[in-house]
Amino acid sequence: MTTTSATPEIVPPVPRRNRGQGSGLRRSIGRVVGYALLIAAALAVLVPFLWMVSSSLKRDNEVFTIPVQWIPHSFQWHNFVDIWSQVPMGTYLKNTVFLSSVITFLQVLTGSFAAYGFAKTRFRGRDTLFFAYIATIALPWQAYMIPQYIMMQKAGLTDTYTSLILLQAFGAFGVFLMRQYYMTIPDELCEAARVDGLSEYGIWARIILPLSKPALASLALLTFVNTWNDYMGPFIYLTSNDHWTIQLGLQSFIGQYDSEYAMMMTGSVLSVLPILVIFLLGQRYFIEGIATSGMKG
Amino acid sequence: MADLTTAQAAGASPPGDGMSAATAARVGRRALADPAATRRRVRARRRRDTLIGWSFILPNFLGFVAITLIPVVAAFALAFTNWDSYNTPDWVGLKNFRRLLHDESTKIALRNTVYYAVGHVPLTLLASLSLAILLNRKIRGAAFFRAAAFFPYITSMVAVALVWNMLFNPASGPVNQFLQWFGVAHGPGWTTSTDWAMPAVIITSAWRDMGYYMILFLAGLQSIPKEQYEAAEMDGATAWQRFRTVTLPGLRPTTFLVLVLLTVQSFKIFDLIVVMTQGGPGRATTVLSQRIYQTGIVDGEFGYASAISVLLFLLVLVLTLTQFWLNKRRERS
Repeated sequence: MTTTSATPEIVPPVPRRNRGQGSGLRRSIGRVVGYALLIAAALAVLVPFLWMVSSSLKRDNEVFTIPVQWIPHSFQWHNFVDIWSQVPMGTYLKNTVFLSSVITFLQVLTGSFAAYGFAKTRFRGRDTLFFAYIATIALPWQAYMIPQYIMMQKAGLTDTYTSLILLQAFGAFGVFLMRQYYMTIPDELCEAARVDGLSEYGIWARIILPLSKPALASLALLTFVNTWNDYMGPFIYLTSNDHWTIQLGLQSFIGQYDSEYAMMMTGSVLSVLPILVIFLLGQRYFIEGIATSGMKG
Repeated sequence: MADLTTAQAAGASPPGDGMSAATAARVGRRALADPAATRRRVRARRRRDTLIGWSFILPNFLGFVAITLIPVVAAFALAFTNWDSYNTPDWVGLKNFRRLLHDESTKIALRNTVYYAVGHVPLTLLASLSLAILLNRKIRGAAFFRAAAFFPYITSMVAVALVWNMLFNPASGPVNQFLQWFGVAHGPGWTTSTDWAMPAVIITSAWRDMGYYMILFLAGLQSIPKEQYEAAEMDGATAWQRFRTVTLPGLRPTTFLVLVLLTVQSFKIFDLIVVMTQGGPGRATTVLSQRIYQTGIVDGEFGYASAISVLLFLLVLVLTLTQFWLNKRRERS
């Protein structure tokens, strides 16, 4: 890094300029190649979604054709009506919305509260404790899922929502993300509030929380989407059909309706649609949340 | 203010100290200088701070201890017992680990997990870095492309697996039809073939994850000072030379982070495999997480399953530490 920034000071830039004469053509070729690559990449990203949507509007026997029919001959809109009566789609959706909302609420609340303790109060062992939090983020969940399962089983909580809520509401990730954000809020602000006689809880509620709205939004959206998409948790803990989430319901299509490809894709579209809406509304917060949590880790 | 008055009361104890002209100032100064009083005051203050600090952390911490910390410790202890769901646990020493050495299914699962990681890490790294470099320019539609590339990452694993399973359909799926354009008359059997099932899983997971790492790379690219590029350009460096001397060194911290995250993530692979191949055909795509689930939760062999968990944990730990060590060493040189 140092060598590259040092060279131009030594080498006079004037004679180098002459080289740029032929670069007008080269630059436009470069731009064309860049766009071509970009279009190829965009196709690679989007084609699976196109396949999903187009298949969801076909008859089962029209899904696999040679060559591929990207636009259905006749749109089978009724697939999106039939699916509600074929599988308990409504129950699955209701369960998933309930689980995701409760977990998101608890994670944001306890996470932002704990983050204040880690970022704005001082006590011995604070940083050691925070390190323990960080360390568990890197730990694979599979490494301790067995003892977790035994605990839940002994407490009689398997096949209940309580088990999943307990498992996912106290994650270290939320604490980490919020703390990183709180560290960027100047301490002088808290100091001033203290002089004005505000208690620490008051500072958290009335100064820090309003200031950290973008981070709260990031955490809430990421948690909601993660819970919505979670497969392994419900797969292990929720055994009875009327407790299933949309992901489990979707997976059950494979066994039950082996050849009902169109219905499979209809279910997929329905499970992805809410996420798409959330993503379009809060795109900025997803990207920012990931960039901050990643860069400062 | 309250602190000062208590300190004064404590510091004013020495007898015979007449209240002279400079009383207030002196008493105040002495109170500060008196070590016992200062210590007491500091201790009271510190106790208060500790209480407040903990009161913030406690709600999350209680959950964290019960749900994460205790199970982590317990997993290590359980690995040395023969506990199944029916009998009381007995300490059996290294017996579970000796069994690991002779357990064909676990060995296959370990090999498959490593295979997956060796494919997934470089492919995703390359794809996400390329995407980030393509999109890190002022071009029309960049914002849309960025959003589109990110979206697979927040699409559910189940939907992704279902769709790609169909795309990979050997007889009439789009992937093999696409390959036919390039003269491949009979494309691979993908998820129906023991040789091609794992590559199919690797491609699918790279497709899903590349958008996430692209965001990290984009943030890294933005942190490289523009002057360095301008300087290199003035110096007559070609695009490739600029990439090698400015971009790559500037991205080092990001690349390291992505590498660590990708490695950890690869060893955790579970849901994609369960939905896409169920570990098959045969045992061609069975991975360690599935073995843990199968032996621990389905068969109820808590002790043995925990031993596999410990193996997985140690693998990830050793790999991460090695990466940190290599990174440190390269930074110094």
